[in-house]
Amino acid sequence: MSAEATYPKDHFLSGGWDLKSWLLTKDHKRIGILYLLSISAMFVLGGLYAGLIRWNLLVPDGTHMSADTYNKTFTAHGVIMVFFFLIPSIPAVLGNFLIPLMIGAKDLAFPKLNLLSWYLYMLGGGITLYALLVGGLETGWTFYTPYSTVFAQSNVEIAAVGIFVAGFSSILTGLNFIVTIHKMRAPGMTWFRMPLFVWAHYATAIIQVLGTPVIAITILLVALERIFHFGFFDPARGGDPILFQHLFWFYSHPAVYIMILPSMGVISELITCFSRKRVFGYSFIAMSSLAIAAIGFLVWAHHMFVSGMAVYSAMVFSALTYLVAIPSAIKTFNWVATLYKGSISWDTPMIYVFCFLGLFLIGGLTGLFLGNLGTDVHLTDTYFVVAHFHYIMVGGAIMGYLGAIHFWWPKITGRKYSEAWGRLSAVLIFVGFNLTFFPQFVLGYLGMPRRYHVYPDEFQVLNVLSTAGATVLGFGYLFPSFYLVYSLFRGEPAGANPWGAKGLEWTTTSPPPTENFHEVPVVTEEPYDYARAPKEAAVV
Amino acid sequence: MSEHHVVPLKVYLGVFLALCVLTVVTVAVTGYDFGPFNLIVALGVAITKATLVVLYFMHARYSPKLTGVVIASSIAFFVILVFLTLTDYVSRPWPLTAAG
Amino acid sequence: MSETTTAHHPALQHQFTDLRQQKEAVTLGMWVFIAQEVLFFGGLFAAYAVYRSMYPAAFSAGSHHLSWKIGFANTLVLIGSSLTMAMAVHFAAIGMKRRVVGFLLATVLLGSVFLGVKYFEYGDKIRPCLGDGPYTGCLVPGERFDAAALHLEGAEGGHAQIYFSLYFGMTGLHALHMIIGIPIILGIAFLAGRGAYSPEYHSPVELVGLYWHFVDIIWIFLFPLLYLIGAH
Repeated sequence: MSAEATYPKDHFLSGGWDLKSWLLTKDHKRIGILYLLSISAMFVLGGLYAGLIRWNLLVPDGTHMSADTYNKTFTAHGVIMVFFFLIPSIPAVLGNFLIPLMIGAKDLAFPKLNLLSWYLYMLGGGITLYALLVGGLETGWTFYTPYSTVFAQSNVEIAAVGIFVAGFSSILTGLNFIVTIHKMRAPGMTWFRMPLFVWAHYATAIIQVLGTPVIAITILLVALERIFHFGFFDPARGGDPILFQHLFWFYSHPAVYIMILPSMGVISELITCFSRKRVFGYSFIAMSSLAIAAIGFLVWAHHMFVSGMAVYSAMVFSALTYLVAIPSAIKTFNWVATLYKGSISWDTPMIYVFCFLGLFLIGGLTGLFLGNLGTDVHLTDTYFVVAHFHYIMVGGAIMGYLGAIHFWWPKITGRKYSEAWGRLSAVLIFVGFNLTFFPQFVLGYLGMPRRYHVYPDEFQVLNVLSTAGATVLGFGYLFPSFYLVYSLFRGEPAGANPWGAKGLEWTTTSPPPTENFHEVPVVTEEPYDYARAPKEAAVV
Repeated sequence: MSEHHVVPLKVYLGVFLALCVLTVVTVAVTGYDFGPFNLIVALGVAITKATLVVLYFMHARYSPKLTGVVIASSIAFFVILVFLTLTDYVSRPWPLTAAG
Repeated sequence: MSETTTAHHPALQHQFTDLRQQKEAVTLGMWVFIAQEVLFFGGLFAAYAVYRSMYPAAFSAGSHHLSWKIGFANTLVLIGSSLTMAMAVHFAAIGMKRRVVGFLLATVLLGSVFLGVKYFEYGDKIRPCLGDGPYTGCLVPGERFDAAALHLEGAEGGHAQIYFSLYFGMTGLHALHMIIGIPIILGIAFLAGRGAYSPEYHSPVELVGLYWHFVDIIWIFLFPLLYLIGAH
């Protein structure tokens, strides 16, 4: 391709590698890398807990660990993966790195606040990990009362503080993105010339700012309840445990859109580049992101249908839940239409795109079964739910995350990774993922409950299949850490635009200079202005 | 832009006096029983006071439209939180079937 | 263009092209922060809405036990502090340094009066709960709560505990926001005294003003909702 590409002499990492240059940096690109390192570590830890879960479920009689240990294991898996991996993942790593580049800015609006966000993440993570590892937490990541407030003998307050702190990391990132996108766009970069990745992060940021404070106050109330016995959620004093669930899910449902919207933004970027075709329905996809953010706040009680809440209220939430599926479907149709008559190339990022399309589709459709009041009574708190959300969060969000890492790796590091290993790992991950989680749909339908450390004997075959799949998946995840790190030392220099992609980030060097652009770009093109020409790579 | 618009002092003093009067009203209305509207009257007075603070003390009146969008969004989602949660509590006693 | 909006103004941060962009950005940033504060307090207001709708009698009894006169006076004090804060911002915009400092200090003074009054209000409710029994008049939710002081018994006593949980929780969170705000205002007053601000650049004064007015607005709702339930 671009055999003449050279590694730039002057870029954002050439200024120094000492500790101070990282820990006191205000450069959004370095902060993105700091997040990459920390969330990768969290992912490994969360993955180890997943391995323990699957190991326990190899046998139906729970002889591999006690019930209490199992409760602590799935709680740790959930807390780490939700709060410390999925929520920050794409926004904190790739949003931070790319948004200023994509809109032609020198940095985010508030670089020091950005660094503070990372420190809050680390502090919150440290406190929470202490709670999980020293003594443990067995309430589930959902902290339902009155168990968490009255009966649990574990580190609930400590974990609550950790999550509270991490929540503010998320809020400040969202605040930073909103102001940056409104105020820092380069001349000519109108709203409808912005990349869809930026639209997706704008919608995500709105959710982060409006939703996270509610879980912050709620988790604070749980801690206060435990320490001062205030009585908010204590039935003995007239408190309603279901109120906790309302307040908890008011954030935690929109939180799942924090996890998926950025990934959808990634898919829009990747699918257009690897089809060499302008994305179909740009404004529909952009507006759908906002619609998902808004409607996503209206559906939370679909997590509570069997809690004892009023049936009439449940009906309202069920109807609203069906509404929220619509903008996701609009996006999916537009992506598929983008593929139509495009010139498809099967580079690693594109494999992840196809994984996303199929797996997100299954995850999304199974959500409809759960949104229906009648079927939810049968399926709730079973493995059907577990499979549903893993199809979205792993099959959707993580596939998007991995596709993004591979697509922008050359831009961030200036190096190309091995395509052969990349494609192999993507296929391995796809196979492992389906083997892990498809059996869980069947298990759930057949009635296997979640969060139990034992199960009826007749479910063993499917559980063993699931654990086998998890093993394959684990290996699949391991490979990128090897070949990506290897590329840092031995990878071919990527040049400014190894994929021949459209977008301001590809007009600057790989890695970019500290100030992102040597000259402030002026935007005159519409987004994704791909010509019907073979892939060309610009050389810098 | 608010940077070029300096709000005259007498506007601030006027708003302050209005707020004090409305605070007196807040207390005075508790002497009357409006039945089911008691809460609405109390909230109505509070919302009026808050609106004065937002518009004049916080300069929202002289700020770009985006400021208004941010304020409106925060209030809208707060209202969603309270309203949809209350649909649960309000409809809990409703009978499920004709038989109750 | 005024010289001070070029890239040479000392207060201009490198990621912005000019002071106007910086001012718009930081102001928007503070409004977005206030938006999340609305939802932060909003969770408590939602809990309040739910429990007041469930337990009107207990809430009324609890509210009658608070001194509306003290609440009324304190409300005027806080509104006064909002006035002095608005004046400080006004004088910052026209570059009258000494008045900026004066009105910021007046804001701190009034805010401190408010907090001092709250300290005594809390004290009356918390002191009876300390030491060995009897805990007559103790209004801190928990084992020592004295429902009889509100002329309530049985389940209603538990409901009144929820009222006082919300009283302490909401006014406590509000007070915490003031306790955080006051040192920040003092810091800005100090910088203002040293001439850090001008008509071209006084965003920190404006931003702390926005924060302080928001804290005032929260109290504008807390006063009737906690102190004035039911006819007097």
